[in-house]
Amino acid sequence: MSETSNEPASTAAKWYDLFSRGARDWLRHDEKVRESVRKHLPQIVSGADVINEGARTVRVPVRMLEHYHFRLRRPEEQQGAGQGKAKPGDVFSDPSKQRGPGEKGQGGQDDGEVSLLLEFKIDDIVDWLWEEMQLPNLKARVGPSEDSDWIREGYDRRGARSRLDRRRSFKEMVKRRGNPGATPTFIDEDLRFRQLARRRQPAIHAVVFFMLDVSGSMSDRDRKLAKTFFFWVVQGLRREYRSLETVFVAHTTEAWEFNEPEFFQVSGTGGTVSSTGLNKVREIIDARYNPGRCNIYLFYASDGDNSVSDSGEARECLTSITGDACFTGYVEVSSGLSRQLATETGRLFAELQTAGCAAGSYALNDFDDVWGAVRHFFSAEAKALDGP
Amino acid sequence: MTSDDWKNYTQRIEELAARSGLSFHPVEFEAVPDSFMMEIAVYGLPVRMPHWSFGVRYIYQLIQRHMGNSRLFEVVFPGNPGHAYLAASNGLAENILVTAHVLGHADFSRNNLMFRRCQGQVSEHIVEHAANHARQIQQAIEQHGMQRVEAVLDAALALEQHIDVDQALRRERYPEYAPDPKALVDDDFRKRFSQLDPTAASTGVEIKKRAPVPPHPERDLLWFVANYAPEMESWERDIFLAVREESFYFLPVFATQIMNEGWASYWHARLLREADFVPQQAYVDAIKCHSDVVRPVAADEQVSLHINPYHLGFAMWEKIIERDGLDGARHIMEQDDDFSFIRNHLNRELADELGLFRFSARNDGHIKVLEHDLGGLHEAILGPKYNFGAPSVSASHVRTDGTLELIHDNSVDGRGLDLERSRRVLDYVQRVWRRPIVLTTVNQAGSTLELTAP
Repeated sequence: MSETSNEPASTAAKWYDLFSRGARDWLRHDEKVRESVRKHLPQIVSGADVINEGARTVRVPVRMLEHYHFRLRRPEEQQGAGQGKAKPGDVFSDPSKQRGPGEKGQGGQDDGEVSLLLEFKIDDIVDWLWEEMQLPNLKARVGPSEDSDWIREGYDRRGARSRLDRRRSFKEMVKRRGNPGATPTFIDEDLRFRQLARRRQPAIHAVVFFMLDVSGSMSDRDRKLAKTFFFWVVQGLRREYRSLETVFVAHTTEAWEFNEPEFFQVSGTGGTVSSTGLNKVREIIDARYNPGRCNIYLFYASDGDNSVSDSGEARECLTSITGDACFTGYVEVSSGLSRQLATETGRLFAELQTAGCAAGSYALNDFDDVWGAVRHFFSAEAKALDGP
Repeated sequence: MTSDDWKNYTQRIEELAARSGLSFHPVEFEAVPDSFMMEIAVYGLPVRMPHWSFGVRYIYQLIQRHMGNSRLFEVVFPGNPGHAYLAASNGLAENILVTAHVLGHADFSRNNLMFRRCQGQVSEHIVEHAANHARQIQQAIEQHGMQRVEAVLDAALALEQHIDVDQALRRERYPEYAPDPKALVDDDFRKRFSQLDPTAASTGVEIKKRAPVPPHPERDLLWFVANYAPEMESWERDIFLAVREESFYFLPVFATQIMNEGWASYWHARLLREADFVPQQAYVDAIKCHSDVVRPVAADEQVSLHINPYHLGFAMWEKIIERDGLDGARHIMEQDDDFSFIRNHLNRELADELGLFRFSARNDGHIKVLEHDLGGLHEAILGPKYNFGAPSVSASHVRTDGTLELIHDNSVDGRGLDLERSRRVLDYVQRVWRRPIVLTTVNQAGSTLELTAP
């Protein structure tokens, strides 16, 4: 090893004090795991358990990667040699089925011996997913009234004390003195201050209405499916709009507005009258949002069993909302049954679509469908926005 | 007492070892931090090529270490000079013991036939070669990118056990043409025969026949892929050959582990007994350390389901030296590997004395101790060591379209391959072979099965 043996024994740090190959290769392994998680992200994150209220990260359990070699099939029974106080015929049981240290060198051979819990930022996930699924960036419908804001940009040697960047200043000091070990002493030249710059951005506001049917026919699983879908829709829209408001409406034969945590806990009994929910949405739009200033979205999740007597009113109300909204989406959650939108509400949305409104519908039967639904709506919406 | 005190003893221990008949190349000792010791153990060499699979082993080692399961005192690399790394956390007594232990290894690796043969191929500078390989691969990464280099390393390291040390490290390609049959038949019979019918003899001007590739099933898959892959680039080939060279170095370490560790343990115990210059307290501490190392069964257990190679080798060498004297023992040390060592010298009497037994373990964790059977015990110890610990897979044919045919010899291994893992290996190799690969093995029922990639 020429790096070490050629050097005279000196007090200088050896290369291995400064660098760990094991850690480097471990990081590479980590990167590979993340890559492969990323490839299967839609399946992984649509699993209901990764979504916690308010959390900005999701945790994904993964197994260590195995570097494969040719191996013999594991036999039903294999022989080994041991040592100690044991007579022929003695029987042990080895519940953990630990392997001898003789095999420990082949790390990762055992099934799930060590698993990792990787934490991903939701923002990163959304970025990856958008890239991966090639979802279009949405164009805002409401025009460019300008909005200005201060953002951080660059550094300067002069500035207000409160904007001193200590880390940056420390680096400058080290650069100047070239000796990280000694006691830090700063001179004015070292100091760096964060600068602010004025940025103009189009003022775009959006509000998303999530309307959930909580009637007796919606099971827990149906609501969970709807929740997962809603979660990712919010994430997606947040990418596009700096200020995104959300409104949660639940209905059975009546309708109520809820805050986010309560909304997903609600369960009701009784029949389904969608027009009550739609009227509630209409009311809220009229009271709080001006369609000329604000992008409005509505996503409605239901099992589709709207009462037949309600269809007239529901149609009317929905048509009026679609007139003001950027996009209206309907997810039909019917776990177990795949009725493929052949329901009362399904037909209603199909009519809207045929009439050329910005509307779409999707049948959500399983957690695996969640990303299909997101993809479906976001491409449909982009198309609708591109239109005249 | 400073941590460098042990250095004062190195020379005296070396002199004592030489007087006791050990013959070794000079060894350079270096005390290194525990973290680096651990990395040497993970990589098998002080500087070695980067690969994510080492990162996985590294984490397993870290976990082991945190659970207090493993403590490394030394790692030694054969060569001229040899390199020995001692853990900086070793105490004086431990270092004295370890110095003696290292000299036992140095004697072994200089004189054992298998080591000599492989070092004759690889040279006595494996540590430097491996560092060069690492550098060369680093350059390849800069030039061709991480992804591509990693794909090649995935394949090469997956095949690292598939070498053939009976052939030279630097091997010629197969002869292009089949041997000329005429050379063999120029005898009296042929002369008389050709007189009988001159027209038949004249057709004997044969067209040279191309030899099939490979002419016989080829076990050295690393060499074969490097030489016969239809579209491999030269830097990829270099990576394969670098991995192969390191495997040539690792094989004797693997195939003589019991003998080698036993020999080193025997000598550290003996040199320590004879080293009257070691202070009393250090001697006592060192002997304690010795008995920990060669302990057959962990302190809190009655029975162990594996055999400590230090203990087994140590006990066997003690018997052999008692029986055959030092010269006889040195002769065995020079000639044997673990296979002949165990089969020839682990007899019934010693096996009983050590309490060795054979067991069968079912998949559900049910373990049963089997009847005494010396032959069976030998094979149970040696089983994991056959063929560098790998299944017998060889390259049997390359089709005209470049498809590589691999064949697994299940008659040797007794059962078929793990299909899922084999498929993954084929995927790795296919990326450098760049043509389809077909692997023949048997399934659970024993009928022939073909795996293909892509």
